[in-house]
This record gives sequence, C-alpha cells and structure tokens, in this order.
Amino acid sequence: MSVIENNTEQCGNSLTRELTQNPLKKIWVPSSKNGLPERHISQRKVCMTNCPTLIVTVGLPARGKTYISKKLTRYLNWIDVPTKEFNVGQYRRECVKIYKSFEFFRPDNEEGLKIRKQCALAALNDVRQFLTDEGGQVAVFDATNTTRERRETIIRFAEQNGFKVFFVESVCEDPDVIAENIVQVKLGSPDYTHCNTEEAVADFMKRIKCYENSYQPLDEELDRDLSFIKIIDVGRRYLVNRVQDHIQSRIVYYLMNIHITPRSIYLCRHGESDLNVKGRIGGDSGLSARGKQFADALGQFIQSQNISDLKVWTSQMKRTIQTAEAVGVTYEQWKALNEIDAGVCEELMYEEIQLKFPLEFALRDQDKYRYRYPKGESYEDLVQRLEPVIMELERQENVLVICHQAVMRCLLAYFLDKTAEELPYLKCPLHTVLKLTPVAYGCKVESVCLKVEAVNTHRDRPTNVDVSRQAEEALLTVPDHQ
Amino acid sequence: MPRELTQNRIQKIWIPSKDDKPSMPRIPHGGPHLANPPTVIVMVGLPARGKTYISRKLTRYLNWIGIPTKVFNVGEYRREAVKHFSSYDFFKSDNEDAVKIRQQCALAALRDVKIYLTEEEGQVAVFDATNTTRERRDIILEFGAENGFKIFFIESVCEDPNVIACNILEVKVSCPDYQDCNKTDAVEDFKKRIECYRVNYQPLDPDQYDRNLSFIKVIDVGRRFLVNRIQDHIQSRIVYYLMNIHVQPRSIYLCRHGESQHNLQGRLGGDSGLSTRGRKFAGALADFVEEQNLQDLKVWTSQLRRSIQTAEALNVPYEQWKGLNEIDAGVCEEMTYEEVRERFPEEFALRDQDKYYYRYPSGESYQDLVQRVEPLIMELERQENVLVICHQAVMRCLLAYFLDKSADEMPYLKCPLHTVLKLTPVAYGCKVESIFLNVEAVNTHRDRPEEVKRGPSTLIRRNSVTPLTSPEPNKKPRIEGLDDPTIREVTPAQLTLCSTTHTTLALSTQHWLSEACLT
Repeated sequence: MSVIENNTEQCGNSLTRELTQNPLKKIWVPSSKNGLPERHISQRKVCMTNCPTLIVTVGLPARGKTYISKKLTRYLNWIDVPTKEFNVGQYRRECVKIYKSFEFFRPDNEEGLKIRKQCALAALNDVRQFLTDEGGQVAVFDATNTTRERRETIIRFAEQNGFKVFFVESVCEDPDVIAENIVQVKLGSPDYTHCNTEEAVADFMKRIKCYENSYQPLDEELDRDLSFIKIIDVGRRYLVNRVQDHIQSRIVYYLMNIHITPRSIYLCRHGESDLNVKGRIGGDSGLSARGKQFADALGQFIQSQNISDLKVWTSQMKRTIQTAEAVGVTYEQWKALNEIDAGVCEELMYEEIQLKFPLEFALRDQDKYRYRYPKGESYEDLVQRLEPVIMELERQENVLVICHQAVMRCLLAYFLDKTAEELPYLKCPLHTVLKLTPVAYGCKVESVCLKVEAVNTHRDRPTNVDVSRQAEEALLTVPDHQ
Repeated sequence: MPRELTQNRIQKIWIPSKDDKPSMPRIPHGGPHLANPPTVIVMVGLPARGKTYISRKLTRYLNWIGIPTKVFNVGEYRREAVKHFSSYDFFKSDNEDAVKIRQQCALAALRDVKIYLTEEEGQVAVFDATNTTRERRDIILEFGAENGFKIFFIESVCEDPNVIACNILEVKVSCPDYQDCNKTDAVEDFKKRIECYRVNYQPLDPDQYDRNLSFIKVIDVGRRFLVNRIQDHIQSRIVYYLMNIHVQPRSIYLCRHGESQHNLQGRLGGDSGLSTRGRKFAGALADFVEEQNLQDLKVWTSQLRRSIQTAEALNVPYEQWKGLNEIDAGVCEEMTYEEVRERFPEEFALRDQDKYYYRYPSGESYQDLVQRVEPLIMELERQENVLVICHQAVMRCLLAYFLDKSADEMPYLKCPLHTVLKLTPVAYGCKVESIFLNVEAVNTHRDRPEEVKRGPSTLIRRNSVTPLTSPEPNKKPRIEGLDDPTIREVTPAQLTLCSTTHTTLALSTQHWLSEACLT
C-alpha cells in the first residue's frame, strides 16, 4: 500500500489532460505538459453561487439585525464561504467620535443625515473591495435600511458591480423581546458608556422612534421582484421571496433553524481510551480504567448541573458510547460524530507515522486544516460532515455532545468563530467539559476539568515543517505516552 | 454499573448487551421517554395546484431518508365509493348526497391514517385532499389532538393560468375520472370542478384565524413561501425540501465511471484508473453528451480518479464531490470477492443476509451512503440538467431515490458499466431511458443469492436512514355506511359524447417504466 505512487495517468488521446494527485488534499487535478497541476475549475470548491452576494439587513433598531449578521457570518465562514460583516453603526462611531443623544438620529437633523449617508457609502465601498479584490464571497451589510430609497441605492450599487442582493428583514413588536435586546447589547455599546441604565434605555427608545415614521417594511407586492426573507417575531413566522441560488437557500434554512431560547451546549471527548494511553491515533478501542472513572465523574457532573431535558449525543465509536452509558440517560449515536479517519495511519503512533510516511507527516504540519490522510479525511472534510450536526445543535436546546479531539475542535471553532488556521490546534484535552452558553453576540465558555488524570493528546505545530527536516524536529512536540 | 457493549454484527453498531443479546436502551429517570409524536401533513388548495405532486414527491423523499411515510389521497377513496364519475356536478356544494359521500371518504381516509400511524409504525401520513374550508380543517385538527398527532399544513396557492392549464393536461386529463372523455371535454369539466371549490375556499390566514397553526404556504410554484410556527426537526426538513424543488423541465443523467483496472481484476473499491475500454467509454460519453444538445449541463464527479478521468474526456468543466465517492469497503478495500470470501467468510455471508444494513468493518453500509448522499439529492433538486458520473453503490442509492425503490431493493438495482440512465420527471414520477453506449465492459453486478437465511431483524434507530418504497395508496379503502349497494347515482350533467379511447399513462407511472430497464 504505497502512499505516494506515481499518480499520473494517460486519459486516452493526447488531447485529454493527465491527472496528478495533489499531495496535500489528495485531490486529482489535471496537470499541464510539465506535470504541474493546472488551475482548473474542478479544483474550485463546490459552487455555492456564480457571483458574490450582498446580504442586506432591514429593520428597526433592537430587532436582532447585528445578532443575525454576526451569527450568519460565523456560520458561512465555518462552511468555507468567505464572509464579512459591515456594520454601518461602527462607521458612524468612527466618524462622529462622541455620541451625544438620540437627536443625531432625528429625521430632520440634516447634518446627521448627511453623515449617516456618507457612512453607508463608505461601508459599501469597503464591501466592493472585499467582494471584488479580496476574494470575499458574501458581504453582510448590517444597517437599518428601513427606507425604500436607501434600499434602491444599495440595489443599484449591487447591479453596477455584479453582486446578487438578498435582504434579511427582522420584524418584531413584542416589547419583552425588544427590552431584552436593549439590555443585552445596547447598554454595553460604546454609545452609552457615559450613561446609566435608565438614561440609556430612554435614549434608545427615542432613537427607535426616529426610525419608525419613515420605516417602509419589505412588501409582498411592491418588493415582489426582490429576493428576501422576512423574519417575524423572532422566528415564529417567515416570508421567503424568490430564493435565487444555493447559497441563499442555505442561508434561509440556517435562519429558520436558529433560535434565542437560553440553553447550554456541553462538549467533551470520550474518556481516556486504551489507544490514547499507547499514543496511537484513531481506532475503535474501549475506555482505560481512568477513562471509566471519567465517565462516572461526567455522570455526576451532569446530575449536579440539574439540566432540564438534556439530549446526549455520541459518535458510533465504542469509547464515546461507553462514556455515555455511565451518564445514565438515553443517548443518540451519530456516525457523523466519528473521529477523523486517519486512513493508512489509523492506529499508528506519531513516531511510526514519521518513520513510514515522513512526507505525509510534514505535509500535515504544513497545512493541518486542508491535509487529507491517504485514504482518510481532512479537517476540511470533517467540517462538511459535521454541518448537519451543527444545524441540529442550533435547533436543540440543552445538549451534551460526547465526541473526539478533531471533531470537538471543529464544533468549537464554529461556536467560538475560530479560523481554519486555528481550528486544528484548539486545545481539547481529555476529561474536560466545555460548557458553551450564548450571550450577547457570542458564546461564553466555561471549562470544567473533571479531576481525573489522563494522557495529553495535543500535538503542537513544530517549528520545522519542511519535508527535509530531521525526525527529531518532527517529533519534538509529540506528547508523552506509554 | 455501566452495561457491557457488543457490536451488532451486521451494522457494526455498539449497543448495550445482556448475555450477548441487545437490550432496550435505558429509559431516563422519571418514566418513559415520549417518542416523537407522528405527524399528519395536510395538503390545502384548489384542484390542479400540485397537491398530489407535492404529496408524492415529499413522501418519496421522506421514505428515502428513512422516515416511514404514506400518502392518503381522498380522491381515490371517492373513486372507490362512486364507481362512475359523470361530471363536475358531483362537486357542487349544493349536491347534498355528494357532499355526504365526500365527507365520509375523508373520514375513512383519516381512519386509515390513524391505523397507519398507531399500528403500522408509520411516522408521517400525508392527507392529500383540497381541505379548502375551515370546517374541514378543524375536523382534522380535532382528529390530530385526539390522537396525539402533530399537524402540519402545506397549502399551494397559484393563480397563474398557464401553470394550472399545464397541470390539468399532465395529470388530470389522464386520470380515471376522465378515461371516457376526450381531452377538451375533460379540461372543460375540470375547470368547472375547480370553480365549485373556489366559492367556499378559505385560504390559511396567518394573521388571524390560523396564526397558531404550523404550516407552509407555497405561492406560485415556489416563488414565495410563508412559513408559520415550525415545531420540530421533521417540519424544518420538509420546509427546506419544499423550498428546493422546482417544476422546470430537465433531465438527470446517471452513469458510472468507465471500466477501471480494478473492475477488470474483479477488485472492490480502490482508486484505480480507467482501462482501455473505460477510456473508450469516456469518449463515447462525450459524443453522447454532445448529441443531447443541452444548454447548461452541469457535470458532477466523485473525487476518485476513475470518475474524474471519465469527465475529463467530456472537455467541459465539472465539479468534484467527495460525497459521490464509492462505498467504503473498509478492510475489504481492493480485494476480489473471492479473497473476501476466503479471509472474511463470516462478513461475506452477513453481507448477503442484509446487504442494505451491512457495514464493512471500518467501512460503510448502503444505509450510511444514503445519509452521505442526501445533500447531493437536495442539490440535484435545485439544479436543472445534470450528468452525475459516479459508482455502482452510489448510483443505486440515487436511483432508489428517483424511482422510489425500497431499502430491500436498492442494493440489487442493476447499474451496469457503460450505460447511461436518463431520468426525466413526468406527471407524478420519473421516466427512465437506459442508453448503452456500445463499449463492452465486465459485469460487476452480484444478484441476491437464492438461499439466504435472514438473520434477526436489525436495529432501526432514529437518524438511521431506511428507505422504504412509498406504500401504494390504499386501493380498497373501507368506507363505513357506504356498503349499502343502493347508493343513488348522482344525476349526470349534459356531457357531449365522449370517445372511448383510453390514455396510455397510468397514475403510478414510475413503476412500470422502471421495471423495464432494471430487471
């Protein structure tokens, strides 16, 4: 089973191109005459859309536009669609250094109007740069955009630049929801650092009033040719109009699955396994004695948390199921939560991988996110495999996910908005539970170490990742094992 | 004490065991865990708005992803009760006898829904009827509440005369109601039938009356959707599916890579290149694609060399999908069947016992494949003309979806090398044309062995995907109170003389067409 074979092939007549296998991602691509891989469309990831997309939020203040923008951006980046949000309020804060009061937003404040328009245009300019020069695929234009006039401006801008436009409007009149929003994210805003709570709330309510009179919601008739989703009452109802392509369809599906009911997600790995102890990767071994201890400790921890209606998910590998068994509640097995498939390296120690496959070992250190084990998977593959798990986690409330190191890193990267570069090096030690609780625009993390000793399985990126490196340099960061 | 785990021999799933027998999953403290209540999907809309089309397509999809689903079409119950359909007069709201019959048919269908969901392990029932009045919908809601079923409405609203005319021609004119009529008369009668319903039509009202119901309103064949109060995962999946399907005419071409080196040696899996004949096929495929003269054909391949090599010969851009890779044979990768039988005789036998659920050690099962391939099905629904160059097991999975084949049939569908299957949606199903491109290749098909001892029934868990063929709609519904043979015939209206030519299209088109090429 040689890993690096001579992987070039003749494909029939001399006109068809040869194929070579990219050594990092193990993807077959056509190569030009001199054997180098050609830039071919087939190398591009599955096509989400033909041209860049501009998502435009619409809605009165405190309707969750920024919450949606940030969450959507995080999701799209995680599934490898380069996305960036452009919050016009921030541009305004740059421009008008000190916020005095709601008067700035009065519809008859000409000076204010001028500045706000300039800020919007500055943001659009940056959008253009991101989508045309910086390889961005989706830009989220986060502002109230409550007038048809403003939206017309944006549509014209998009047409001129060949961008598709998709509106996301949030409509809500529930006073409790609005009050909660103000408390969670407005009070702490830079605009109100010099105010007490009451003053801030009063000012913000007046600010909302300034927009209300000129608010022209998206209309089924007048805006029937636009592509949009109208989210009503925090997801109780949706109106979806003219979804144009795959990415818009995915965005709609995502927005229809998220909710804001308070809950916590618990992530942890299986208890220490027999293979862990021996320093071997992958496989399907059972728990070590300490691993079983952890499982019991986990059971007690869960009980102490007193969680109503906790769902427990495991992979289909023995070690996670054994761990769940000790928790004592029903659990669901997901094949998608299985550990990354190390292909030909399954059950090997890092020392053995260096010995047998030194080139592979070096390539992995060069680009751990995209590197695919021969006959195995990459982190990139993992993310694709885990996407339905994330979607279901969004739908759920309290969940405990008992999984594996690489899988946990992927899930964590989604919740904590980590990049592809950071993801494969996130620290997910054995016997430690991470409790994630959504708060404001992000996620609070509490790390709970359950006080049962375990081996360390975390291997840092070594300094020398060159294929010509010595074995010692490669093995420098391998954690201790039996 | 934590329970011991054993690995189920066919699916390779770890389950708690008691004396080597799988025991029930532990119930949580506080009593039995409420199973996910069954769901009744209720169609709403005037005639010729695509309700039956949606019902059947949705049912096919749900069964394929492993959710036992069945359609209950009230029109069929009515045809059983009233043997001879004379005209639209039957549907007039002042026709008291007919109104009574129609009501009884609806109730009979609901009774069968209840049996399916409570005694036959059904999880979703699709109640396919106009359900255009609040009164009727309230009856159904009550029925749901009494039995602990969730209710989800799908309303189709459309006023585009072209779409409606097209629907009438595609599926109404050939319906048993009109088998004694010529086309023009059928169309006329049907239009009057629609008017009968329109008078009393009360669309779902999201602002007031129906604001607490769970439903999706599909407007103008998917141009717009109104979604209200999705309750759970299955409703969310249904909504996503409905938002991705379309009715644009198009064709899906399925084929395997050209014959590979491993194929020649009788080896499973691996990542070998094309043989000489395989390359010849690739060239023939290129010619075939040209002849089809399609504008905008998307070409999809897996990430395995043999499928990409095949696509290369077409000289058009193609997309690689890891999800289309052949089934992972785990420890058996690259072995011949003889080698597998020698080295893993038990595995070899188990596979023949239950080929759908059987998972290769450290590999995959057909059941796993379905889950892996589902996002591709979703994308295929969004697309128009697509050529998918894949592999034997994967192609069987895809085909089972399009042709509504059960888990039992799927692993034995015939997908020979060097043969393109052209699938074209028509009426309520899919037309299949099989085109052999005249390049010889080895046969890689293994039939179901004659003598196969069926093992104990394998686990069916939630999240497992178990395609079932959508059950045939009830052919002989029981309608209490209508056993009395002296039902007064509805007075026929003045219809012009109808010709007696029967149309050739049967209602369930997919079955006989698919039979022709796959056995």
